[in-house]
Amino acid sequence: MGHCKPSKPAWNGYPARMRAQDILRSRPEGLYCPPGDFFIDPVRPVKRALITHGHADHARAGHGSVLATRETLAIMGLRYGEGFAGATQAAVAGQTLRLDGASVTFHPAGHVLGSAQIAVEKDGLRIVASGDYKRASDPTCAAFEPVACDVFITEATFALPVFRHPDPADEIARLVKSLQQFPERAHLVGAYSLGKAQRVIAMLRQAGYDKTIFIHGALATLCDYYESEGVELGPLAPATVETASAADFAGAVIVAPPSTFADRWARRFPDPVACFASGWMRIRQRAKQRGVELPLILSDHADWDELVATIRDTGAGEVWVTHGREEALVRWCEINAIAARPLHLVGYEDEGD
Amino acid sequence: MKRFAELLDRLVLTPARNAKLKLLADHFDEAPDPDRGLALAAITGDLDIPGVKPAMLRQLVTERMDPVLFAYSYDYVGDLAETVSLVWQAPPDQVPSEHDLSLHECVERLISAGRMDGPAVFAGLLDRLGASERFALIKLVTGGLRVGVSARLAKQALAQFGNVDITEIEELWHGLAPPYVELFAWLEGRTAKPVSAALAPFRPVMLAHAVGDGDLRKIDPGDYAAEWKWDGIRVQAVAEGGERRLYSRTGDEISGAFPDLVEHLDFDAAIDGELLVGIPGEKTGSFSDLQQRLNRKSVSAKIRAQYPAFIRCYDLLVVEGSDMRGATFRERRQRLSHFVSTLPADRFDLSPLIDFGGWEELERLRANPPHPIIEGVMLKRWDAPYLAGRPKGPWFKWKRDPHTVDAVLMYAQRGHGKRSSFYSDYTFGVWAGPPGAPELVPVGKAYFGFTDEELRQIDKYVRDNTIDRFGPVRAVRADREQGLVLEVAFEGLNRSQRHKSGLAMRFPRIARLRWDKPAAEADRLETLQALVD
Repeated sequence: MGHCKPSKPAWNGYPARMRAQDILRSRPEGLYCPPGDFFIDPVRPVKRALITHGHADHARAGHGSVLATRETLAIMGLRYGEGFAGATQAAVAGQTLRLDGASVTFHPAGHVLGSAQIAVEKDGLRIVASGDYKRASDPTCAAFEPVACDVFITEATFALPVFRHPDPADEIARLVKSLQQFPERAHLVGAYSLGKAQRVIAMLRQAGYDKTIFIHGALATLCDYYESEGVELGPLAPATVETASAADFAGAVIVAPPSTFADRWARRFPDPVACFASGWMRIRQRAKQRGVELPLILSDHADWDELVATIRDTGAGEVWVTHGREEALVRWCEINAIAARPLHLVGYEDEGD
Repeated sequence: MKRFAELLDRLVLTPARNAKLKLLADHFDEAPDPDRGLALAAITGDLDIPGVKPAMLRQLVTERMDPVLFAYSYDYVGDLAETVSLVWQAPPDQVPSEHDLSLHECVERLISAGRMDGPAVFAGLLDRLGASERFALIKLVTGGLRVGVSARLAKQALAQFGNVDITEIEELWHGLAPPYVELFAWLEGRTAKPVSAALAPFRPVMLAHAVGDGDLRKIDPGDYAAEWKWDGIRVQAVAEGGERRLYSRTGDEISGAFPDLVEHLDFDAAIDGELLVGIPGEKTGSFSDLQQRLNRKSVSAKIRAQYPAFIRCYDLLVVEGSDMRGATFRERRQRLSHFVSTLPADRFDLSPLIDFGGWEELERLRANPPHPIIEGVMLKRWDAPYLAGRPKGPWFKWKRDPHTVDAVLMYAQRGHGKRSSFYSDYTFGVWAGPPGAPELVPVGKAYFGFTDEELRQIDKYVRDNTIDRFGPVRAVRADREQGLVLEVAFEGLNRSQRHKSGLAMRFPRIARLRWDKPAAEADRLETLQALVD
């Protein structure tokens, strides 16, 4: 303790923070654990990486070794090819591993298939790095489990009180209603290819929609993988002009990455209703700017209520807030007498959902 | 309230007219009375409920949440009504209600609340609604739904819902009041058509078809009267039993904007005519001048004096209790001519007929009209009655050929709906500045006039020649050496302070693609300025 900077003397009432920073700290490569000599979700190639989930801004290729859930390793293999890391090790949820001077445990985060929070522990102090997470129901992945901890590192994608995601089932019901109202129009649903796309399809199936759903080529591999993991997606077909005619697309659901809407690819569909499944669709101007006609407020990230509920559930005395709108969540913590600070990590998208 | 909120949310993001009609007609079908009638009134602007000021909204919300968190939220969203609807939270001890508060219940509670109780009642309603419904309620009380549906479109949806002609709805409209229970009963075939009890009602107007290829060869010039087509707005001025009203051609009442004119509706008749500004016989103002008077709820004395309004009379529908609509145009015109001579000459004049020997002579007159505010000629069959709607044959409009200009494509924006993968909205410019160093200034924007094949060609050109991107907009290479020249047709030019060029085009559309023309040879700004001066 004697080596602390003079501006933060050891008697300032925050001993936990002083010790926590010795366990996890931000470095240009990402969040680093000195006693365990590993990084969590590093944005540059490192010797040892722990990966929370398969989205490209968290899971990158080229690390010496990767520790992640079996599903996340499989997703990385599908995206980057089998040689994406020098060595891999599958983490099992709830099982604690010893990495040099620290111990780590993976817990489900409810974000996408295989997503995990990572709890890092040393000398009785536990820090949980949430990665991306949500609390809302999702038939395609294991539900988030709150983990009691001293310091909670939370994402903040939707950390403003304006973001309160509605019941996902109601959003799917609006899509189903629109299909009945406009049976002559194709419904083009924009959804990110890992997680959101499969969630939309699985929820349509839960709602009783049993027709063939057409998918963009970019989704095929991941949909196959989800099915192989027991997530039932029902009849799918590629949305190509070779396999279906324009008439087949009338009244059909087509799921595609949102970026494809502006492409010539989208022209094959008759008078499409542009739908976009994202938490950002809560803000009308966002929907308008993108030319979305039917916004579906479906998010794989926690909304404001979930964020504050989760902070309470963890019982953390201190919160570090990262990628997103840090200032509002830090403010909420201040009001509620919880120590909090923004953790500036570079390289993560705070817009993806 | 859920249904109404969902309707508004969908309307605001639905660009296509037919899709909006479908959403509205489905709503009329699904929602019960009196909710559907109140929704209709909200959209047409006929719902009168006590207003809530933005300052009060802000106060109500910051009583419930941290002002700093509210400020972050408002800063992010940018729209007060939307921010409040999203951040609002019911008190934690409130028992959630299973019952969906109806639009009717909300409106009734707001109306019956006094001035003192208003804010508390409003907050209590917000407590019981979800985010989308809160947004709808806030929009209702702060005024201005802005969902891109005109009163006309709402009436069209009613016509579609009840499978009747829109003129029947327009004729009834002014005798009806929210929640329109008797109107819906009739549209559903449950009762007879309501009888309009209103004094000075609107009568559906008669409209003309444009003269098409070969039309003139099929008709005899001797059967038709010709009349100038004036570039103002078509109106119906009605005064009956002491009630005076001025209607637009779609039956919307515009009396409020023209008190100077309404004051002079001191007669017992219904006149069809063109609303213009100026002094009859001396000066007829341009459409730009007229625009100073349009879309205003009230109008200052200064503007009234500067742009006095008058009616150039075309037709007489009712006079002193007798309905003239069954009579021939010849008889109506005769009666009109006499009637107008009894009215104040500074507020009414008679639209002059054109003396012509045959179509060729009329064509010459059409090409060189005696007044700049004339936009063509009208042909009206002498023996035709006044018929609602747009019957083919009795009336034709023969517009002056449009102006054209060769302009260079500067920016292209992606379209909506069917066109969402096409760059289909084009901003074009003409050359300005010194001849040695000319630069393009934008003069207008057009998104139709081309064929589907031409759209594909322009889209490819835009994608191949993009030099910059701003969201859905692409800047296209446009300089002396390279650029796509568009022949743009338009109806006229107005002065505009909003545009860098100082001009605003009326009704611009793409007439031809001039792939053959070098960009450097496109028109200069002076060519357009000459049309205004």
